[in-house]
This record gives sequence, C-alpha cells and structure tokens, in this order.
Amino acid sequence: MWGIIRQKVGAGGFPVPILEQSLPRLRPAVSAWRRYSSAAKEMTVRDALNSALDEEMSADPKVFLMGEEVGEYQGAYKISKGLLEKYGPDRVLDTPITEAGFAGIGVGAAYYGLRPIVEFMTFNFSMQAIDHIINSAAKSNYMSAGQINVPIVFRGPNGAAAGVGAQHSQCYAAWFGACPGLKVLAPYSSEDARGLLKAAIRDPDPVVFLENELLYGESFPISAEALDSSFCLPIGKAKIEREGKDVTITAFSKMVGYALKAAEILAKEGISAERFVTKQVINLRSIRPLDTATINASVRKTNRLVTVEEGFPQHGVGAEICTSVIEESFIYLDAPVERIAGADVPMPYAANLERMAVPQVEDIVCAVKRACYRSVPMTATA
Amino acid sequence: MAIWLRRSRSLAHYLKAEIGFWKVPNQRSFLNPCFFNPEKSSSTTLTGENYGNPPSFLGNSPTLFGSRRFESIKSGREELDLEDENGGHQNQAMDFPGGRISFTSEMKFISESPRERIPCYRVLDDDGLPIMHSSFVEVSKEAALKMFSNMVTLETMDTILYEAQRQGRISFYLTSIGEEAINIATAAALTPHDVVLPQYREPGVLLWRGFTLQEFSNQCFGNKADYGKGRQMPIHYGSNKHNYFTVSSTIATQIPQAVGAAYSLKMDKKDACVVTYFGDGGTSEGDFHAGLNFAAVMEAPVVYICRNNGWAISTPVSQQFRSDGVVVKGKAYGIRSIRVDGNDALAVYSATLAAREMAITEQKPILIEMLTYRVGHHSTSDDSTKYRPVDEIEHWKTARNPISRFRKWVDKNGWWSDKDESELRANVRKQLLQAIQVAEKAEKPPISNLFTDVYESLPSNLCEQEELLRESIKRHPQDYPSDVPV
Repeated sequence: MWGIIRQKVGAGGFPVPILEQSLPRLRPAVSAWRRYSSAAKEMTVRDALNSALDEEMSADPKVFLMGEEVGEYQGAYKISKGLLEKYGPDRVLDTPITEAGFAGIGVGAAYYGLRPIVEFMTFNFSMQAIDHIINSAAKSNYMSAGQINVPIVFRGPNGAAAGVGAQHSQCYAAWFGACPGLKVLAPYSSEDARGLLKAAIRDPDPVVFLENELLYGESFPISAEALDSSFCLPIGKAKIEREGKDVTITAFSKMVGYALKAAEILAKEGISAERFVTKQVINLRSIRPLDTATINASVRKTNRLVTVEEGFPQHGVGAEICTSVIEESFIYLDAPVERIAGADVPMPYAANLERMAVPQVEDIVCAVKRACYRSVPMTATA
Repeated sequence: MAIWLRRSRSLAHYLKAEIGFWKVPNQRSFLNPCFFNPEKSSSTTLTGENYGNPPSFLGNSPTLFGSRRFESIKSGREELDLEDENGGHQNQAMDFPGGRISFTSEMKFISESPRERIPCYRVLDDDGLPIMHSSFVEVSKEAALKMFSNMVTLETMDTILYEAQRQGRISFYLTSIGEEAINIATAAALTPHDVVLPQYREPGVLLWRGFTLQEFSNQCFGNKADYGKGRQMPIHYGSNKHNYFTVSSTIATQIPQAVGAAYSLKMDKKDACVVTYFGDGGTSEGDFHAGLNFAAVMEAPVVYICRNNGWAISTPVSQQFRSDGVVVKGKAYGIRSIRVDGNDALAVYSATLAAREMAITEQKPILIEMLTYRVGHHSTSDDSTKYRPVDEIEHWKTARNPISRFRKWVDKNGWWSDKDESELRANVRKQLLQAIQVAEKAEKPPISNLFTDVYESLPSNLCEQEELLRESIKRHPQDYPSDVPV
C-alpha cells in the first residue's frame, strides 16, 4: 500500500499553452506566459489535499473531518497530517471501525448544520456505508423537498493501487456516478486536488471525492493562484490538458497521466491527440455532472473518441460518454468510439497479472491508432 | 495496609520507569502502548522495545479516547483496596487496555439468559390506578388532558386514514394503534428544541408539536401543499419547523444519524438533545450497533427510544434476538438504560423526562426500551392475522389499551367525562374527514417539482430535461392528465 510510484510529470506532459476557461469564482485567467515566467512551484497531491483541508477547516468552523486513523495516525495516507494538532479532537475525529456508523453520523451532523468530511480508507470500504451515501445523503434533499440538505464530502482513495488485490482496487466512479443527488469528482493533478476539494467542501450537496493512492506522492507544478486560499475550481467542468486535432481522449484520475504519455508517443508518430480531464461531475475531473458539452465540442472537432478508465468496462464511465456523444454528435464521428477500461475481472494480485488487468499506455496508443484507421494488433503486447 | 506495603516495591518500579510505561514486557509485541504488566515489571524479560516518548496527546489536549485510557491506568494504580464483588481475588488484578480487571480462579461463564428478566417500570396498573410508592412526575390536569386528547386524535387519524387507503384514496398507510402512549407521552416530555429522528411509527410526536390534520393529509395525498412536494409515499412526514426530520424508509439509518446531529448540538452547547425512535426489528441492523457504540464513545446527548412492540412485520421478537429484549444491549455499549411499560403514559412520560435530563446534563446517550404491542397490521400491505392469533390482537386492543388505561386515571381525577369523550371523538373525526376531502381535491404538485431539490441548484442537464418534458406535453396534450398542473 505504501508503494508509491514516483514519477515526475515532465515538461512535455504539460501543454503549451494551457487552455484555462474563465469561470465566475476564479480570478481572471492568467496567461500561460505569466505562468511560466516565474519558476513553477511544485506540490504533491498529498500536500495539495492537506492544504485544502487545512484552509477550509480554518475558514469555516463548521467543517470537520472524520474517519479511521485521520487524527492520531495523521491519516492512513497522511493526507490529514497535522490537522489534529492544529484543530483538536473536536474537529478531527478518529472513529471506530464502522463505515456505516461514521457515514451515518456524518449525514446526521450535516442534517443539523455541520459540514463533515468523511474519509474512507479506500472507497472499497465505502460499500459498507453505501446505504448512507445513497439513501441518506444523496436522496435526502429531494425526499425532504429541500428541508434537509446534506453538505457532506465523502473522500478517499479510489481505484487500483499497486499489489493490493481485488478488495482494495475497485474503481467506484461508475457506481456513484449513476446516482442523482450526488456530485462525483475525480482530481488528477495537485491543482485539481486543491481546487476540487475546496469546491466540494463548500458545495451544499453531497460530494463523493475520488482520489488515487498512487497519485498522492506525485508532484505537479502549481500556480500562485492555485495556492491562494480562495482558489476553487467549478464543479462540472472538464479540463483540456492538451490541445490536438485528430482524436479526443477522455480520462480521469490516474489515467490522465497515462493518456498524456500516450499522446506524447503518438505526437512523435505524427498523430496529435486532445485529451480531457473533466473536473466536475463524477467522471473526468467531474464524473457527475459530466461535462458533455466540452466532450462533444471536442469530438465535433476531432471526429474520433477514445475513452479511458481504470474501472470495469460494463456500465462504466466510458459507456456513458460514448452514449452521450452518439446522442449529440453522431454525424461527426468518423470511427467507432474506442473504450479502454480495466479487465472484466476482480483485480489479481501477482504483478504480471495486475499489469494486464489495468490499462497501460500502450493500450491507449493502440486504441487511438485503431480509431485513426492505422493497422495495429488488437491487444498491446505485454 | 500490608497489601499496599508488599506491592510498594513493584509500584516504585513503575513509578520510577514512567517512560517504561511504554516498554513491551515480554517477547510478544503489543501494539497498544497502554498495556503494561505490573507483575512482570521486575523480571528481566524486557525486550527493551521502547516506544520512546509517550505520544503527545497524553500531555496536552488529549483525544477523548486518549484521556480516558490514561485515566483508567492511573486509577488502576491508586485504587488497590477495591472490593471485588464477583469473587475475584484482590491480589490478582491487572491493568488491561480499557481498565483494571480482577482475576478469578473460578471458570464461570456468564449465562446467556438471566434468571430474571430486567423488570419493567410502570406507574399505573391495568385499571389506571397509580401503584403504591411508584415514583413518577406529577402531571397537571392541563397537561394530562392535552396528552389524552392527542392520543385520541392519533387513534382517530390512524383509523380513518387507514380506511382511506382501503378505499383506494391513498396508496399506503401505516398505523400506530396500540402505541399511542409512546407517541404522545414521549413527545410531551420533550421541548420543541429537541431534535427528533423518527422511524415511521411516531406521527404522534409531530401531532403533539402542532402538525395539523390538514398537513398530515396533504402529505398522504401528495398534493401541492405537501411539505414534501409530493416526493415521498404516505406517512413519510417531515417538518423542519417542528424539528422532526423527514421519515426515511430504511430501517435504523436514523440511529447513527442521530449521533451526528447530537454531535452538532454538543458543539453548539445547546440545551437540547436528540431523540430517535426505532422498533425491536431495527435493533438487528448494523446501524443500531454502530450508532449506539459511537454515541457512547462520542458522549453524544441522544435519547434512544426503542418501541419493542413484539413484531417486525411477521417476525416475532423470539426470532429477532435472543437477548432479554433491548434494554440489556445498552449495558453492552456502556449506555445507561431502562425498561418501561410503553402502554403506561405516565411511566413513559416520567422516564423520558428523566432520560432527557440525564442526556443533556451529563452529555451521554440513554436507552429506553418501551414494551408495547403493535395492535394494527405492520401497514396496509400486511394482514397480521396470517401470522398471529386474532385473540392476541384483541386482548391488546382492549384489555391492554393504553388510551383506555390513561382514560381511567384521568377519569378518577375527575378531569374527564363520557360526554367530553364523545365530543372529542366526534370533533376530531369531523375535522379529519374535512381535511381529507380538502387534501384529495387539492391540486397535485407542478412538474417543476420533479426536477428541483436533487441538488441545491438545478443543474443544466435537469433544466434541459424539464424543457424537453414541457415541449413533449405541449405537443401531446391528450396524453397528459388534464387535472394535473404543468
């Protein structure tokens, strides 16, 4: 569980220029040149999350954090490091081992006006609390006709880590993304992590915040405005990480990194790819609400689509994106939509098997080539 | 004294090596640093695995759990002359994580069923006469009459709305027949500031707090005036202004939620508590365990009221649990508890009042098990004569009826008469029938209510869908019911 792949995202991974959409809550978009003129500060996703939690807890006394090992242990993944010391046991609660219990308690506290952040050690364990997430949190505002709103954030690592087997590796983006009443976010970079977590905490609706264990240790450049305590990203807007004109690749969380690498490889081969990280809805920075507008606009430009996700293929995020594009931009498609997903098996443990159960960069490259009618073998070589 | 002197050497040992508090005394590694073995401290088997400085939480601002751990070890050192009532030997005692425990050389299993069940607190006997020497809170004439008339109103409302469902006018209904005393008397013991998280068989609490018969009917008919905007099936009442959280169908989910709400109250230091209700069946849910355990650990001011009415749809309590009811479970979680005759309004009132007081002043949870009987069927989807004897139902409906029992007491005080009774019943019945008529004729909620409140603000996809729906209705008006507003 502590095996963190340390990978520096090279300069090639960041597009020049970065398309920044101007949004109401942000300060006016900073031009890319100004961004690069000063030495770009780097921050790990872990520190980004920690600073976001710290700032939001400091700004609003109603915000409190609850979960297993979040206090004394400084967080199972050290995301809540230093918070117990700073805010005390009233605001950082170590809970007994009962996901159903503390999810329910969080919802109850939210009913009565507090703003809890409930941490699941991994979202695999959220299944023990899923009744409270769906039946209590997601549906309460609707069922009570607006009398009870639930400003709660459920957060924790989601998806595959390294060598942790089937019960610690499932991706829950599709499950939570299916449920109305929830907002589902999946950050990739440190800026995503900061901005989206802050937005989630400030949001009056229940938010499921899907982090990724392997990304915690990764460093990303971060701008000065992203470091500002008022920084916030809008929920429901995807981000275009790299401009391109031949194919659209949608991804979220860790797969964004893979898709960027695939784009690099393809660029060398003469295919330029535009890849997405949606931020708001449940998928793609935001899996729910899904930024179908951005996705469709991109497909109308490139005419080809490859969706990438770590989770199981059936009823997955890619399936939803594919349908949305067919509904809205069918005539623009020049090739069938390619869907890259994890293998349709519970995650195996052995390193070689695990590698084959999760999408790899080569798989994305092959899929893009197929979408562009280049002849490639059906599967990537191991 | 001699005992103290004999042990003083070993005491001195660990008083000296306070940091050694954290040392592991033998080969096995104990992950919990609070373990130490006074008997072995003088031996040479210290592996020297030093946890270093005690975690900072011991020194300053300890966590709730941390400070208690520290205290119990400390008290373990000091109180060496404790009487041990379980036949344990005073000399053989040890501090374990969680506190001091004395040993016994008698291997004795605690019996799974007690020789005697926990007795049940009651104030009035079956004839409505106060039992000699019973302790209870005096109730004034005004309060007693208010309680009584509310109980009658609840019974009448249940009977008539049940009929309405049978006539096909509403889709579903669930009665509280037989549990009127619990409904009303608990509500009477609370203040309007106490937050109520109900299961679904406690509309009497809302009634007491001022929810009108019209408001009840509106929810059942799901019309425009329903506070729930037509979203929920009947009997899922909810009202913020009455501090009564919307009923949620899933059993026992309100139990941990109550702890969360109580935590919020605790942080605000309000002079109020949270009260949550559930039935005997609800205690089987995982949420019951998690909620009670947590409430005790967090020291949350919650009053747990279990309506043990003998049946969970068709499951009798003998198939629900094998413990002595629910009251004994409180002790297992470290929660003060009491068993009360749920059909005795005065006992219910007194116990609830006391529990509330304790919960707020001592900031801890209290569990009350109310013994009663579910006279009605589980709901309109159930026919309980299929799984229980009709004469059992009849017996509880008549001889053990909580309303008539309270009526007898009220009568004896000279506060009520048959004339008052028939007037009240006729009045309530008339009001209710009127309310039902009005509710039935009222408009249904408009279409916009389909899409609002999913989130705080309407998201774009739902906006779109609403537009599409409206367009569709415009284009095909003949397919849309004419009496439902758009």
